[in-house]
Amino acid sequence: MAIEAQSVGGEISETKPTVVGGRAYARRGRYMRFVVPALIVILAVIVFPWFFTIWMSVHDWQITQTQTFTGLDNYLSLLSDQRFLESIVHTLYFTVLAVILPVIFGVFSAVIFHQRFPWRGVLRAVFIMPMMATPVAVALVWTMMFHPQLGVLNYLLTSIGLPEQLWVYDQATVIPSLVMVEVWHWTPLVMLIVLGGLAALPTEPYESALIDGASQWQMFWHITLPLVMPFIMVAIIIRTIDALKAFDTIFVITQGGPGTASETINIYLYLQAFSFYNIGHASAVVVVFFVLIVILSLLLLYVRQRTLWAVSR
Amino acid sequence: MSAKQAVYTPPIGLRLKALAGKIAFWFSVFVIVSPAILIFLWMLSLAFKTEVENMAFPPVFIPSAPTFANFIKVFEASPFALYTLNSVIVSVSSTAIALLVGVPAGYGIAKARASGLAVLILISRMTPGLSYLIPLFILFRFLGLTGTLWPIIITHLVITLPIVVWIMIGYYEDLHPELEEAALCDGANLWQGFWYVALPLSRPGIVVASILAFIFSWNNFIFGVVLAGRETRTLPVAVYNVLTFEQVSWGPLAAAALIVTLPVLILTVFVQREIVSGLAAGGVKGG
Repeated sequence: MAIEAQSVGGEISETKPTVVGGRAYARRGRYMRFVVPALIVILAVIVFPWFFTIWMSVHDWQITQTQTFTGLDNYLSLLSDQRFLESIVHTLYFTVLAVILPVIFGVFSAVIFHQRFPWRGVLRAVFIMPMMATPVAVALVWTMMFHPQLGVLNYLLTSIGLPEQLWVYDQATVIPSLVMVEVWHWTPLVMLIVLGGLAALPTEPYESALIDGASQWQMFWHITLPLVMPFIMVAIIIRTIDALKAFDTIFVITQGGPGTASETINIYLYLQAFSFYNIGHASAVVVVFFVLIVILSLLLLYVRQRTLWAVSR
Repeated sequence: MSAKQAVYTPPIGLRLKALAGKIAFWFSVFVIVSPAILIFLWMLSLAFKTEVENMAFPPVFIPSAPTFANFIKVFEASPFALYTLNSVIVSVSSTAIALLVGVPAGYGIAKARASGLAVLILISRMTPGLSYLIPLFILFRFLGLTGTLWPIIITHLVITLPIVVWIMIGYYEDLHPELEEAALCDGANLWQGFWYVALPLSRPGIVVASILAFIFSWNNFIFGVVLAGRETRTLPVAVYNVLTFEQVSWGPLAAAALIVTLPVLILTVFVQREIVSGLAAGGVKGG
C-alpha cells in the first residue's frame, strides 16, 4: 500500500507500465508531430523570453537608448543594492509564513471534508471560492477591511476587547497582514491536494488499528499523516513556488509600502522594469529570482523523494 | 470510539459524547467555511450600500435600503462595458488557441512519452509571470502591436497553454489505448486515430482544461497592467484603476470588484466537481 500511495503522489507519466514492442516504439516518435504547433507557441512566448532575458541582463539597456554589452555588471550591482537585498528578506519572510499556515489549515480542512456529512458538496464549493475569485477584486475588499479607522477588522477586534491594529499601514505588521490574505486565498488549494491524497488511502491499517484499540488522534498521527505526506509535500512545493511569485495582492494592497517594508522581489522587479525602465538591471533580477525559485523547488523535490523513500520502507 | 469505552461507559454518557463530538465537528466546519463566505458577503454589502452607510462606524452590515447607484456610477465613470468585452475576447481567444494547439500536444506528449517536454511545461509554470513581460513588452513594441488586444491575448497563452497541456497529458495517459490501436489496425492514420477516437473520448478532460484556463486568464492582472492601454484594459486592470482615480469611495469600488469576480464565482459553484478534479490532479495555476 505504501507503493500505491507513492505512485498516486507521482506527477509525470512513466508510472503506468505498458509493454512497448519495437513497432510501437517506432510509432512513439511519430506522435511528436502532434506537439509541433504547441512547441512553436512555447518557443515564441516562453522559451524566447527566457533567452532574451539572459541576453538583456548582460547589457546596459534603458528602453530609449542603444544597448551596450556590460558583462556581469548588472549582477554585481545587485550585490550592493541594499533595496534588492532587503526585498529578498521580505520575500523569504512572506514565503515561510504563506507556506506553513495554508498547509496547516489546509490539512485540517481536508480531514474535515474527508468525512461524510450533509451539505458537504455545497460547503466544499463555498470553501474553494476564494481560490477561484479574481485576486484583484478580493484584494480591494481586503484593503477596505484593513482601513485603520473605518475598516471592519478593527471593529471586530475592538468589539471583542482587543486593541486596534494598523494592519498594512505599519511596517511591523504589513507582511503578516498580507500573509493573512494569502492564507485566505490559497488554503483551499492545499485542501484539494490533500483531500485527493486522503481519498486514495487504503482502509486495512485503520481496521487493524481499531482492533488494537487506537484512538482517533493516534490513528491520524501514526497512519493518516505518514500516508498522505507525499501529497502534503506536493502542496508545500506548489505553495512555495506561488508564494515566491506572489504579486497581485501585494501590488494592489500596499505596492510594496509602507516605505519598502513589503517590497518583495517581484514588486521590486516590477518597479525597476516598468516604472524606472532599467531593463538590463531588471533582467538580472529575473535571472537571480528564477535561479532562487529553481533551487528552492529542487530542494523541496529532493526532500519529497526522501519522504517517499521513508514511507515506502 | 474504542471497544474498551463501549464496555465501561453507560449509554447516556456515550450519547453525550457523540453529541459533543458532533458539535465539535460542526463547529470546525463553521470555522473553516465562514471566512470564505464572509469576505464575499462583505463585498456584496459594500456594493449595495449608500456612501453614508459605507463610511459609518461602527459598520453597517446589512444595507438599510439596497441601491444600484454604485453600479451605475461604475459604468458612468469609465467604459466598463468595453472593458468587460475586452476581458471576454481575451479570455475566450487565449483559451481557444490554447485548446487548439494544447490538446494535440497533450496527446502527443502522452503517446510519445516525451517527459522532457512535460518538464519544460513544469518549469514554465514555476517562472514568475513578470519575467516573460519584459522581453515580450519589447517584442510587441518592435512589432507595433501595442494598442491592440493581441499582446494581451498572446501573453495569456503563457497561462492557458501550460494548464491545457498539463491536464491533457494526465488525461490521455489514463485513457485506454485499445480503441485507437484497433482503429490503427483497421487502416486509420495517426491523425484519424486522434480525431475520431481519442478526441471524443477525452471530452471531460477538455471541459476541465477549458474551465480552468478560462478562469485563470480572466483573473490575470499582471499582464494587463503592463500591456493594456486606455482602450484595451481587461476587467481586473479596470477595477484597479477605479482604486487609483477615485478618492476613498468604497461603494463603486466594491461594485466594480463584484462585477469582475461574480462570473467566476457562479462558474465555480456550477462546475465545482470539474474544478476539483482538475486542480487535484496537479495544482495548476497560472501567473
